[in-house]
Amino acid sequence: MSRRSDAALLIDFGSTYTKLRAVDLAAGAVVAAGQGPSTVTTDVTIGLEAALADLDRHMGGLPEFRYRLASSSAAGGLRMVTVGLVTELTAEAARRAALGAGARLVGSFSYRLTDGDVAAVVDLSPDVLLLSGGTDGGNSEVILHNARRLAESSLACPVIAAGNRNAADQISAVFSRAGKPLITAGNVMPAFQELDIEPAREAIRRVFIDRIVHAKGIDRAAKMFDAVLMPTPAAVMTGAQLLAEGVAGRPGLGPLVVLDIGGATTDVHSIASGDPTGQGVVQHGLPEPFAKRTVEGDLGMRHNARTIVDTEGVDRIAAAAGVSSGAVERWLSRIEDDVKILPRRAGDRAIDHAMACAALRIAMRRHAGTIRIAHTAAGPVAVQEGKDLTAVKAVIGTGGALVHAAAPAEVMAAALGDPSDATSLRPIAPVLYIDERYMLYAAGLLAEVEPAAALAVAMNGIRSTGGAHERSGTG
Amino acid sequence: MTGVIGADTHIVGNRILSMALEEAGFEVIALGAITPAEDFVKAAIETDADAVMVSSLYGQGELDCRGFRDLFIEAGLDDILIYVGGNLVVGKQDWPDVERRFLAMGFDRAFPPNTRTDDVVEKLNADFAARAEGQRIAE
Repeated sequence: MSRRSDAALLIDFGSTYTKLRAVDLAAGAVVAAGQGPSTVTTDVTIGLEAALADLDRHMGGLPEFRYRLASSSAAGGLRMVTVGLVTELTAEAARRAALGAGARLVGSFSYRLTDGDVAAVVDLSPDVLLLSGGTDGGNSEVILHNARRLAESSLACPVIAAGNRNAADQISAVFSRAGKPLITAGNVMPAFQELDIEPAREAIRRVFIDRIVHAKGIDRAAKMFDAVLMPTPAAVMTGAQLLAEGVAGRPGLGPLVVLDIGGATTDVHSIASGDPTGQGVVQHGLPEPFAKRTVEGDLGMRHNARTIVDTEGVDRIAAAAGVSSGAVERWLSRIEDDVKILPRRAGDRAIDHAMACAALRIAMRRHAGTIRIAHTAAGPVAVQEGKDLTAVKAVIGTGGALVHAAAPAEVMAAALGDPSDATSLRPIAPVLYIDERYMLYAAGLLAEVEPAAALAVAMNGIRSTGGAHERSGTG
Repeated sequence: MTGVIGADTHIVGNRILSMALEEAGFEVIALGAITPAEDFVKAAIETDADAVMVSSLYGQGELDCRGFRDLFIEAGLDDILIYVGGNLVVGKQDWPDVERRFLAMGFDRAFPPNTRTDDVVEKLNADFAARAEGQRIAE
């Protein structure tokens, strides 16, 4: 790949590392990887230069890249606060838009913001705030109240208004009088039970590119890349969507789920309609986005190890790991002393394994929909809430904790449907894949400019570990 | 706003009513069958609904509708018009008595089985007109 036109450089400014992937566009495959420290809090160029030097060593000289695209989750990620009206309706729609845009949701509020709420928002100091409320032509009083409260406050971050369009002009006026940045986007819930989060997602991405990249100091290295396109979780989601849908002439894998256990959170993405697979099932609740991301802020292998154990129960973790609950407790305190710790003893490795299984099982259960039987006068009726993912045929594990796990397929299998819990609509018998070389984010970035090559990169980057049904004999 | 409350799947009458209301020029938000009372309230908040039409066809209406008005008052929607209609109770009971019970529960109007949609539209128009003049419902 000596010719300039064949090479692309994909950069991830992460919270710990600056990661690079060099891709051969013609071959649709990764050629080399490089890594440096994350130095966004000091000078982003230092980490990037170190990573490039590492890549240079692996490649024996750097080519001239045709594309140099980046994503970022550095400096705390894209920290967002959402505000809506009814918790389960526009406030939930706003949350979904923010998560779908790859944000790190640090706070969600609903109904009228109180003094305490406004103080909490200011305290959280988000990078962006998403303000929603009311269907088009519906309630405008609450979003206006909230807009005024936010405009009057000392909050300085850009606000995206994506609520009742009848209130949009007044909200603009309120913010312009206060001299504060406001971006108006389409309503996240234009009609009752109608979700339209794409315009808000696009607005969030725009703000990220136009302002946040600068605010986080990433543009100090602007000469070394072409563009920071999106937050890293959005790149992973874009890669996942490409992998599911394919491109013209090359089909994708179809509906799929991506699992990512991190140190602080566990992310689940599903690219699937989630429509009922059973006959005569009644759907309830807010419609689901085709590409949906949920982030479990209480499930992380290091920063939130204790909450994993508390949620699952220390006895169950101990039993699954084959150790005493005292051993689990000791491992937890060692993690709390040093969140970078890696298990060396077999017992600690087994506890980590049990925690990873529990985190994925809980995260997948929260992400997937549920089905329950409502007993009506006309007989029993199945009522579905959320997405039915039982028929999903591909589940992909990504991120360090899964990829470097001793038995990644076993951990991922914990996320699958459980016959003893038939109310949870998790995938039943998918093929399990590992994103071994962490290519999903790279494919997501590349999808913006070279979708066919990006699809090949993503396809070549995942390795099948066999289907769940093939392992059914061993449980 | 229209919807069938409780564990009731009988959607047809409610759908006919929704269509009639739309034809009469109202903007209708149809919640459909098996709708919990709380969902009526949540939807009314977001959509700023002016009136709620609750259907119940399976005889459990009295149980399902208990406290319905209170939920709206709790949500700050004291003024919303609430109608109820259908086979509200089990067995053959005296309609005026049933009606009295539902009005006492805070419904603005209750309609017996076999009510024509025109009647509902007419009453709704009259009640909105009365509100414009400052009364709660038209007599």
